[in-house]
Amino acid sequence: MTPELFITRHNHLIDPFVHVWAWQIPVYLFLGGWVAGNMLLTGYFMLGGRHTRRSPLLSALPGLSLVLLSLGMLALFLDLEHKWYVWRLYTTFEWTSPMSWGSWILLLVYPVLVLTWLVRPPIVLEDLSQTVERITTTLQGRREIVRIIGVGSMVIGVALGVYTGVLLSSLGARPLWNSGILGVLFLASGVSAAAAFGHLVTHSPDERALTVRIDNVVLASELGILALFLLGLLAGSAPQVEAARLFLGGPYTAPFWVFVIGLGIVIPLVIQLLAVRHWIQHTPIAPIMVMAGGLALRWVIVSAGQVSHWAHGAMRIH
Amino acid sequence: MARYGMAIDTRLCVGCMDCVVACKTENRVPEGFNRDWIAYETVGTFPTLHQEIRSERCNHCDNPPCVTCCPTGASHVDQFGNLVLVTHEECIGCKACLASCPYDARFIHPEGYADKCTLCVHRVKEGLDPACVSVCPTHCFTFGDLDDPDSAISRKLASRQAHPLLPAAGTKPRIYYLD
Repeated sequence: MTPELFITRHNHLIDPFVHVWAWQIPVYLFLGGWVAGNMLLTGYFMLGGRHTRRSPLLSALPGLSLVLLSLGMLALFLDLEHKWYVWRLYTTFEWTSPMSWGSWILLLVYPVLVLTWLVRPPIVLEDLSQTVERITTTLQGRREIVRIIGVGSMVIGVALGVYTGVLLSSLGARPLWNSGILGVLFLASGVSAAAAFGHLVTHSPDERALTVRIDNVVLASELGILALFLLGLLAGSAPQVEAARLFLGGPYTAPFWVFVIGLGIVIPLVIQLLAVRHWIQHTPIAPIMVMAGGLALRWVIVSAGQVSHWAHGAMRIH
Repeated sequence: MARYGMAIDTRLCVGCMDCVVACKTENRVPEGFNRDWIAYETVGTFPTLHQEIRSERCNHCDNPPCVTCCPTGASHVDQFGNLVLVTHEECIGCKACLASCPYDARFIHPEGYADKCTLCVHRVKEGLDPACVSVCPTHCFTFGDLDDPDSAISRKLASRQAHPLLPAAGTKPRIYYLD
């Protein structure tokens, strides 16, 4: 039988269940994942030699990523309760803390993004500044340097994408989050968002074909990763099984299956597979759904994770 | 170096909340927040019911997840008594420690930093017991050094069955409840 637990405490943000993170953290994780995906795509394009010719995506993604990352960090800043002490993040390195790793990784992301941008900047920027044009010409003339920048972009991109998941999975008190799969899941979702964005905005048929193929592979992989995530929880301890039930009949069942799985992955995947086979035309609806699904994934995982608890077996009354 | 902990006799605790009031007064805990609280856990089916009343607080764990997740080192294991404490002016209020605590023992102080029970470190340094211990009318608390085999708490734990909260969470809590 279920024990009944009556607690006299009613602390703000803690009771009746933990709700310390609102919209800011899912937005931050989504934007961070998207930037990670952009960095992987950019690096992949550079290693494939696309920097030697006009590539709308290669010119757009690094600059866009600078804006997205700054917005993500603004969301994170808005979430802090002791805002004016934020500089404390950069007076120490706490190797056991994923958030400390993340804050230093974010500092590495900016210079790498600027370097990738300079390899193939938008034409407008080259026209405006002779210095930029000179740097670009120098970089493009040195294949090895472009290669190093491309690899660096991919490595830092993977670190950033995985970090957005590890940030949650390291918090063992929340059984839903306590899975190493979250790092891979959020990285895959970030790559999917980046590919979907590329699919959405590029005017190059070649780039559209490439990004939609990448997105389809990653979306299918995401389904597999999500299945492993749920199976891992169901095979775990009682609190983890309780956590999985949040998505399997519990209060997060509809948001998870409708917005994350249905509208965020399965339906756009079907639409994009039909488009690749030329049965229907490419539509902007599918990539928009993929990107919205990526945000929904973070929102659902962050919200449901806070509800999951080690003492879930007990009926808690506050 | 001492390793302070607490044993609380669940046969003596009546849930009077004197410990809660003493803590709020001693530590000027803001209105609407609690560093310690009472939990009433009832198991069984009527008429075979069993109720345990517990005075709960931060468990000052030997393996504290709030410390390992802290990005600035504000949450730390203090050299004095191995107590888990927060340096207010190093805390950025990221709330990772709140999410990492399986006991939900922390909260955000209205001034913005993470706050929780300190086991009244300021009193213990002066040789006094924590406020909750000193006011308990049923004397259900035993406070002391778990590493000293002759301390009252070590002797109590050697003589009675006791359980910590959520041992499966792996945090190695130092607050024990005597059965």
